[in-house]
Amino acid sequence: MSYSLREAFNRVRSFFRSDQLDHEVNEEMASHLEMAVEENLRRGMPAEEARRQALVRFGGVQQALEQHRESRSLPWVDVLRQDLRFAFRMLRRDFGFTIVAVLILALGIGANIAVFSVVNTILLRPLPFRDSQQLVRIVEKDPKAGESSKTYTADATQDFQQQNHSFQSVSGYFAFTGPDNFKLVGNAQPIPVTGILVAEGFFQTLGVEPSLGRLFRPEEFVQHSQPVALLSYPFWKRRLGGDRSIVGKPINLGNTSVVVVGVLRDTFDFGSVFSPGAKVDLFVPYIMDDFRDDGNDLALVGRLKQGMTMAEAQSDADQLFPQLYFEHKHPEYGKGYTGQLTGLKEYVSGKLRRSLIVLWCAVGLILLIVCVNLSNLLLARAAARSKEFAMRRALGARRGRLVRQLLTESLVLATVAAVLGLGLAYVILSYLAHQGSIALPLLAMVRVDGTVLEWTLLVAIGAAVLFGSAPGLRMSGGNLQDVLKDSGHGLSEGRKHDRMRSTLVITEIALACVLLVGAGLLLRSFLRVLDIDLGFEASHAATISVDYDDGGNAAKRAAIWREVTSRSLMIPGVESAGISDNLPMSRNRSWGIAAKGDQRRDALSYVPVFVYIVSPGYLKAMRMRLIEGRDLNWDDVSNNRNVVIINETVARKLWPGQDPIGRAAMAGGTETQVIGVIADVRESGAEDNAGAQMYLPATKQFGPEGSYLVVRSKLPPAALATSVMRTLREINPGQPATEFKPIQGLVDHATSPRRFFVLLVGTFACLGLLLASLGIYGVISYSVTRQTQEIGIRMALGATQSWVQFDVIWKTLRLALIGIAVGIIASLVVARLIASLLFQTAPSDPLTFVGMVALLGGVALMAGYLPARRASKIDPMVALRTN
Amino acid sequence: MGQSKLDLLQGTLDVMVLQTLETMGSLHGYGIARRIEQASGNQVLLNQGTIYASLVRLQQRGWIAARWGTSDNNRRAKFYSITKVGQKQLVKDTAYWQRLAGVMGRVLAMQGEGGKQ
Repeated sequence: MSYSLREAFNRVRSFFRSDQLDHEVNEEMASHLEMAVEENLRRGMPAEEARRQALVRFGGVQQALEQHRESRSLPWVDVLRQDLRFAFRMLRRDFGFTIVAVLILALGIGANIAVFSVVNTILLRPLPFRDSQQLVRIVEKDPKAGESSKTYTADATQDFQQQNHSFQSVSGYFAFTGPDNFKLVGNAQPIPVTGILVAEGFFQTLGVEPSLGRLFRPEEFVQHSQPVALLSYPFWKRRLGGDRSIVGKPINLGNTSVVVVGVLRDTFDFGSVFSPGAKVDLFVPYIMDDFRDDGNDLALVGRLKQGMTMAEAQSDADQLFPQLYFEHKHPEYGKGYTGQLTGLKEYVSGKLRRSLIVLWCAVGLILLIVCVNLSNLLLARAAARSKEFAMRRALGARRGRLVRQLLTESLVLATVAAVLGLGLAYVILSYLAHQGSIALPLLAMVRVDGTVLEWTLLVAIGAAVLFGSAPGLRMSGGNLQDVLKDSGHGLSEGRKHDRMRSTLVITEIALACVLLVGAGLLLRSFLRVLDIDLGFEASHAATISVDYDDGGNAAKRAAIWREVTSRSLMIPGVESAGISDNLPMSRNRSWGIAAKGDQRRDALSYVPVFVYIVSPGYLKAMRMRLIEGRDLNWDDVSNNRNVVIINETVARKLWPGQDPIGRAAMAGGTETQVIGVIADVRESGAEDNAGAQMYLPATKQFGPEGSYLVVRSKLPPAALATSVMRTLREINPGQPATEFKPIQGLVDHATSPRRFFVLLVGTFACLGLLLASLGIYGVISYSVTRQTQEIGIRMALGATQSWVQFDVIWKTLRLALIGIAVGIIASLVVARLIASLLFQTAPSDPLTFVGMVALLGGVALMAGYLPARRASKIDPMVALRTN
Repeated sequence: MGQSKLDLLQGTLDVMVLQTLETMGSLHGYGIARRIEQASGNQVLLNQGTIYASLVRLQQRGWIAARWGTSDNNRRAKFYSITKVGQKQLVKDTAYWQRLAGVMGRVLAMQGEGGKQ
């Protein structure tokens, strides 16, 4: 109806013209009264009576004004304004309470926002690519040999690109790039840079656009074409000062002049999606013809055709992959790949789902504890305010009105806390986003966005309702008489009140118990992980990427390696030194190895094996343990001897129950002699089993993929860095300023996701413990205060100090024990749910349970002891005289 | 007066105001209140002040209009008059109240007969 619309509009308008309208209606009423008085006078009433009658007939000027306001304006907004004004006044009056409540709540809300942002970025939000649900990662179905079994040869890739029916496009990138694989030569010292080789159509497949210039063109993927590069946005900004004129100009990479064709957008972060924790500076074309003989090295990404389901594409792949040859030039190498399609998003973050959900639940528990705590604080305040509320109800305030008043107070608290929490989350997130050392995908993209703000709003309102409604209902309900009786002082009254608060404290203790046990189990798993025998010693060793130019000559390379290691050994403080092309827990590649006489071409007898091309002394520098035989020596290298050192896994697989030393093995297609066996080294990560490994000398037959000098010394890496760099520069003036990094860093990087989760869950558990103890302290301390008089009487009647103390402590203990009992049952359930996140730790690990329960009980006792002491110091005379 | 006054039913005051303005033309708040009291034969329990809430409501709905003017004895007052929309609304309301009164009358009459039997 049009009039109601008009009315609504006018109501809003009058809301903003309130003062003027008040003024008008006052004037109207004044003249109304005067008219009435005049009429009464005309009728012959005395002046006094005329005025009185006029007022009686009018019936209350103030009420009329209220009615006028109510019917012309927005009464609920007025009420809200009133409530808010009142809430602010109350909160200001109880300033200490307000500060504590807001801080606790801000911690809870802030932690929730931060964790939600991480969950949102890693799990919920789609990848930052166009139609990212169409993107698929393709790997072998049973990838047991590290990166090499998650990649395909150039020939197989090309065949799949041409023959599949399910993809709009398939492309990939070279998966074996180590950090700092190029050096940027300018006017000053060469700078190490990381460049990724990408196959034709890689960016188009992902749907990534350049912010400047253009993407690669097909003719740039042909041998002997002009070398080109695309720059990542941060590299362009940081190293090249955001120079827009760089596009089209050459830069010097090593000894090659490379033309920059474009700069990618800053929303594209290759590392955070494909290689967590890595920073990538630039991209260059992967020219297929350069890699025809190099085995599996392309990691494949495809974009499904419109309307193509994953199942259809999978069955297409299942048909096609077994038909693909490894190499066209060598059909005798055979054919037969497998291809497992996984949504790119699932591939990147699927493994983290469970951990993140646990984290999310943990932080939710914290908020719950915070709410319970606040409920408790508010209840304590409610007791102090019960007279005020009884009075207001006696004066006619409706129950709903009082609940609304209390909820308004809660909402004001929650809103202030949410703003603070948002600030806290912002700080945490900016810190996390810049932690390159945490190997979690997409973490660099975490930020506060619209979804996060919505979540904040939801959490704040939810929390306010949760902690505000219990005291609200409690205070507004009940019998007025009860309240008035209840608010006498000094007797053990208010049992009902106490029971409610005790229930809340028990809840709090139980929740804290669950958190503590969960955190304890994760912590124990983490300690177990740190305790693992890695097969090498990470401490007191550091590594640096070494640059050299051997012109493709193995003898020259051997001479350089020898000079580098022997010169390094002369640096004071260096105990041992050696070179390897790959380090454990970083990049890896694998070939095949077979016992001679057993090798069939069908690859069945070939064991996939991680390959390391190393210098003599490398095993010693890493403290890898030689179990049998000998290390490589420089004679092996200079005489091009085909020798190999294998690990125990290989020995067990190829020569079970026999001595492998001196036996012949086919390694990487060459016949070699086994000269040593070393203890297994954890290759991919601390928690994975060690795979098959072999170590070969850098001879003509075996080409290294890069070179890392490892130096073992008691000196800290920082103290050695300059002398190591000076030595490398003396040998090769073109050595770029690569970083001298502790080996421990590799291990830390590999364990960083677990460390990240343990740290967060542990922090939450500590927070939970603190809040629970605050809760216990609050309740017990409050009950002591309330019972001061009673305790005084008891002491006057002969109760001893220690008896009073014991009584209070027993009360605390009773609460704690019930809470812990409930908590243990809940913990057993929860522990079973997180069992898959544990490492060599049983979900019902008795040590963890006992430890955590003891911790919780101890803290609870402490929280009860302080009020107990106070109770025992009560002077009966003083207690009885007060009130 | 022996009999107590009638409480005003929800919405009845609005109709009374409209009807008053329809018959009397332009009138100020005091005038309307007095007019209603007279017309009802002083049967209605009317706090005169409540008329202002009714007036502002009707005004916001666009059924009456107001302007400041001077009264007979030279006093500044707000004068209200019914609008075209207000007249239409009055026709509707009148019909409604007459129907309601008729129905109430009939129903109560029937009960009265039932009581005698």
